[in-house]
Amino acid sequence: MINKIYSSPDEAVADVFDGATIMLGGFGPAGHPLTLIEALSRLDVRNLTVIANQGHASTDAKDLSLLLERRQVKKAIFTFPVAARKSRVTTFERKYRAGEVELELVPQGTLAERIRAAGAGISAFYTPAGVGTIIEAGKEKRVFNGREYLLEHALYADFAFVKAHKGDRLGNLVYRKAARNFNPLMAMAARVTIAEVDEIVDVGDLDPEIIITPSIFVKRVVTGEKHSAPWLYSDHRGSLRSESNLRKRDRRSPLC
Amino acid sequence: MLGLTRELIAARIARELKDGDYVNLGIGIPTMVADFIPNDVEIVFHSENGILKYGPIVEDPEKMDAELVNAGAQPVSLLPGACFFHQADSFAMVRGGHIDVCVLGGLQVSELGDLANWMIPERGVGNIGGAMDMVTGGNRVIVAMEHTQPNGEPRLVRECTYPLTAKGVVNTVVTNLAYIEVTPQGLVLKEVAPGVSPEDVQKVTEARLIIPTDIKEMNL
Repeated sequence: MINKIYSSPDEAVADVFDGATIMLGGFGPAGHPLTLIEALSRLDVRNLTVIANQGHASTDAKDLSLLLERRQVKKAIFTFPVAARKSRVTTFERKYRAGEVELELVPQGTLAERIRAAGAGISAFYTPAGVGTIIEAGKEKRVFNGREYLLEHALYADFAFVKAHKGDRLGNLVYRKAARNFNPLMAMAARVTIAEVDEIVDVGDLDPEIIITPSIFVKRVVTGEKHSAPWLYSDHRGSLRSESNLRKRDRRSPLC
Repeated sequence: MLGLTRELIAARIARELKDGDYVNLGIGIPTMVADFIPNDVEIVFHSENGILKYGPIVEDPEKMDAELVNAGAQPVSLLPGACFFHQADSFAMVRGGHIDVCVLGGLQVSELGDLANWMIPERGVGNIGGAMDMVTGGNRVIVAMEHTQPNGEPRLVRECTYPLTAKGVVNTVVTNLAYIEVTPQGLVLKEVAPGVSPEDVQKVTEARLIIPTDIKEMNL
C-alpha cells in the first residue's frame, strides 16, 4: 500500500544534503512551508541553494530567515529579495550586504515558468520579460515575429517544500485561497517534493474534480504546525485613515 | 505637494478603466485606483499571486485572512465569481495578453516610454517582482507616480538612469501635476491638474513636453 505520510517534519527532511537545491513555496504571508523550514534549520546541512519568491515570509513566524541566520544558504534565487521599504532590513538583506549569500534575481513570471518548465520536461523557453534590462546579461536573445525574447532555462531542484491545505496518503493536494501561488509548480519541479499540510484526509475524501496537485508529483506528506503569528501587511490606502493610523501601520509593513 | 493628492491621482486613473476590463494594480498609488471605480462599472481585478475578482481591502482585523491577500500582502475580500490559480497561470494571463490594463508605480519614465520602477540605485538591491512580466502582454500600461523625486529631481526624463523595468512600454503617465501620453513623437501633455499651468509642468520635467492647443484641465 502506498503511504507517503511521514510522522514528523524532521523525518521528512532528514535526507536533505549539503549543497542541495531547495524550492520553497509562498507569496506574501501565504503558503510558506514554515514547519519544514524549521525542521531543515535543525539539520546540519550547508551550502544550500534556495529558490523562492521572496527573501522573507511577511510574518512574525520563523521563515527562511532561520536558514540564513544559521548560514545554511549559499545562494538565493528570488524575485522579491528585500522589503520594499528600505527602512525594514530583513535577515536576507543583512546577509546579502555582508557578502554571506549570493543572489540571482528573476522576474516573477519567469521564475514561475522556469519552475513549471522543469516539472514539464521543457529545458528552456523564450520570454519577452527582461529584454533591455539587467536580466538579459549573458542570455541568448532571439527575434520572433519582429520582437525580441530571452532564452530562459528550466529551474530544477533536489527538494521542493510546499504548503498545502489538505493532503492524502497518496500525495494528492488541495490548497487554500492565495496560499496556492508557487506551490503546485514547485511540487512538479523537484526530485523529492515534501508537502506540509494543515490536515491529512483519507484517500477518496478529496473530490477528484478539485485536486490541484496530483499525487504523482508528491513524495512525502506531513502535518504542519499551526502558524498563528500575525502577518505584517503593507498599507497604501491613506485615503480612509488618519495620519497616525497610517504611521502605525507603516511600522508593521513587510513588503513595503 | 502641489496639484493632486495620491488619492486623486488614483481617481483620475480610475476614469480610464472601462466596464469589463481585466486590470492589474501594482503596489502604492495603483492599489487605491480600486476605491474610485463607479458602481455601474464592472472591473475584474487580477492579483499576480493568483486571484481574479478580489474585492475591497479588509479593514476589520477579525476578518483578515493571511491566506487571502493581494500581491502587496494586503488582506482582501472576494467578489462573486472570484477564482484562484497558480503563479504560472497568473503570468500566462499577463504575458499572454489577457490583461487589458496594468497600473504600475514608477521611479522614472523616459520620453520613449521606458520604465524604471524596481530599484533605487543607491540602495544597491531591489525587488523586480512581477513588473518586468506585467508590461510584456501588449496591454495598456499606465504609470501612477508623483511628478518629481522627493528631492525635487524630475521623474519624467529624456533617458532613464535607474535600472530599467522595460523599454518603450508606457502608454500613459498620471502624476500629481499632469496626464501625459507617450507617443512616437514624445510626451504629450494632455491635461494639467487644477491650478497648474503647462509651464509649471515643463519646469519640473526633464523631457520636452508636447503641448497641444486643446490641452485640458483634469476633470476629477
